Amino acid sequence: MSSQYHDPANVNNPEHAEHHIVGPGTYIAIYVTLLVFTGITVGAAFIDLGVLNPIIAVGIACIKATIVILFFMHVIYQSKLIKMTVGAGFFTFLILLTMTLTDYISRAWGRW
Amino acid sequence: MDNTIVATHDTHAEEHHHSLPQLRHHFETEQQQREAGTFGMWLFLLTEIMFFGGLFFAYLLYRNWYNPAFVAASNQLSIPMGTVNTAILISSGFFMALGVWAAEVRKQGLLVLFLLLTTLFGCLFLGVKYFEYKEKWEKHHIPGANFDISEFVNPPLNPTTHKPIEEPLSPDMAKKTQVFFSLYFVMTGMHALHMIIGIVLLGWLTWRANRGEFTEGYVAPIENFGLYWHFVDIVWIFLFPLLYLINRHPGT
Repeated sequence: MSSQYHDPANVNNPEHAEHHIVGPGTYIAIYVTLLVFTGITVGAAFIDLGVLNPIIAVGIACIKATIVILFFMHVIYQSKLIKMTVGAGFFTFLILLTMTLTDYISRAWGRW
Repeated sequence: MDNTIVATHDTHAEEHHHSLPQLRHHFETEQQQREAGTFGMWLFLLTEIMFFGGLFFAYLLYRNWYNPAFVAASNQLSIPMGTVNTAILISSGFFMALGVWAAEVRKQGLLVLFLLLTTLFGCLFLGVKYFEYKEKWEKHHIPGANFDISEFVNPPLNPTTHKPIEEPLSPDMAKKTQVFFSLYFVMTGMHALHMIIGIVLLGWLTWRANRGEFTEGYVAPIENFGLYWHFVDIVWIFLFPLLYLINRHPGT
């Protein structure tokens, strides 16, 4: 077995991610961003935008969740394996959501 | 933590590096162990996404079916309390993130302090939630035999305009507000249960951090607990707009 296949220190592996320590500065910036988005979502709820209201509310929630996942949960600094795992999980959830919705929408056709 | 597999190969990395006592023999490097732990934690969190996802789907469907009931029931929730609680929970997550940093740079005192602050803000969140639940109990807005629909059929009048502060609902639709409150209590209740479990774990981690277990290079328990705590934050980030901010322009 050559060292090409055996890589105990995991340094030749293309998925190898250098361990990264995130400092307080980044966390403070993320914290302030999250609080600002919370303010925006509350403010936007009091403006009548019709069908856009729930879309904006969910959109802002998605932005906040993405920021938390990428920085507080360090996914942006992780290896491709972890990134793929997280992405695949959310993607699978969206598939389940969409396919279940198509069923409910088509069963009650015309009665919405 | 020598083993034969590592010993027969180029152990370049080990030469400069004294491995941690927590390094298990079936992992070749600390980094591999750490990544395996993170991977496992994320797999667990994905099952949690599916669990809460089912509740979010139920919400989505019933909100579309009984929209007027959901709007009226949602306006019963207090936006100031919800907003303050969102800020409290984000603060708790912020201190958890700082805790991971303190463990990485091996500052034991700071780590214990940040874990205690995380716990404090977590308890504050549950305290605010208690007062919100208590109000629902007093107004008979808990689904079941004692549920009171009168406020949705005959909304109170606005003292200046003498018009109902809310669009009055038919008795049939008013009964559907129970669907909203059922989802409200199940979703926020499951979220609160996750927080209570988290607070218990935080107590245990703080005790161990105080003994210096996580500031000698072994930070995996703090890091993985951080992932769990941030996940609970994310659930609330979606719950807050969906439950509290559905429609804030009642027919006054």
